[in-house]
Amino acid sequence: MPMTESEVFETVKEALVDALGLDDDEVTPEATLTGDLGAESIDFLDIVFRLEKAFNIKIPRGELFPDNILNDPGLLQDGKLTDAGLAQLKERMPHADFGDFEQDPDVSKMADLFKVQTIVNYVVGKLAG
Amino acid sequence: MRWIWIDRFVEFVPGRRAVTIKNVSLAEEHLHDHWRDFPIQPASLMIEGMAQTAGILVGQARDFKEKVILAKISKAEFNDIVLPGDQITYEADIEFIAPEAAATRGVVRKNGEVIGEVNLMFSHVDRNMAGLDFPKENFVFTGSLERMVAPFLEKPDA
Repeated sequence: MPMTESEVFETVKEALVDALGLDDDEVTPEATLTGDLGAESIDFLDIVFRLEKAFNIKIPRGELFPDNILNDPGLLQDGKLTDAGLAQLKERMPHADFGDFEQDPDVSKMADLFKVQTIVNYVVGKLAG
Repeated sequence: MRWIWIDRFVEFVPGRRAVTIKNVSLAEEHLHDHWRDFPIQPASLMIEGMAQTAGILVGQARDFKEKVILAKISKAEFNDIVLPGDQITYEADIEFIAPEAAATRGVVRKNGEVIGEVNLMFSHVDRNMAGLDFPKENFVFTGSLERMVAPFLEKPDA
């Protein structure tokens, strides 16, 4: 039987609790990984590895957490993404919710795109095949 | 003073597993203050012993070409103390190795009996995820640590 989204959330929550040393109730869908949950770069790798094991999926490097997201300086202007930059980012991260970010596409706020729900969306997508 | 917290390798399976021993002696200076009236091996130095065991295992898996540094202590739990005269054993197994990092699981024993678990993550410094530059020379593997594992590695064909 395929997993429901809430089952996926519970398993993702467990992976984050283990990787980041958190309490269960700290992991909410809207919690940001770096801002709210204190994840650092080394933790991202730990999280990917635990998700692969928990869901028996392969997560290619850069697919869940795109690195070097914007290599082209033409996609930025005054510290904010241009329309083209935003479009490219959305293409790289179909699993993220851009609702808030679109209002103010400030580069310094890009980390807020990585929420717990972002991971859940990604895994649900992967499991659906 | 050399910062080496393992005495000898007793098992080394390249890319898989490494086991070291460390003898705790009252002659060691760090015990004189920890604690003066009740010397016990500090847990921090046992974590370091595991980090050296696991770090060499990870480094050798890439022929010591990468600078391997301890990046995260995922878990470190001890349920007993270690006293002068005890022999510590560090058993490290590689959980995964990726181009930029590695993770190990480990068991700590006192005179053969399991007293702790230490799981670590290492970063390959030059391939680090922060995109930082580091000096070219390998300041991690300077010779002394690799020499300890040399007897376990097959001699390359001449």
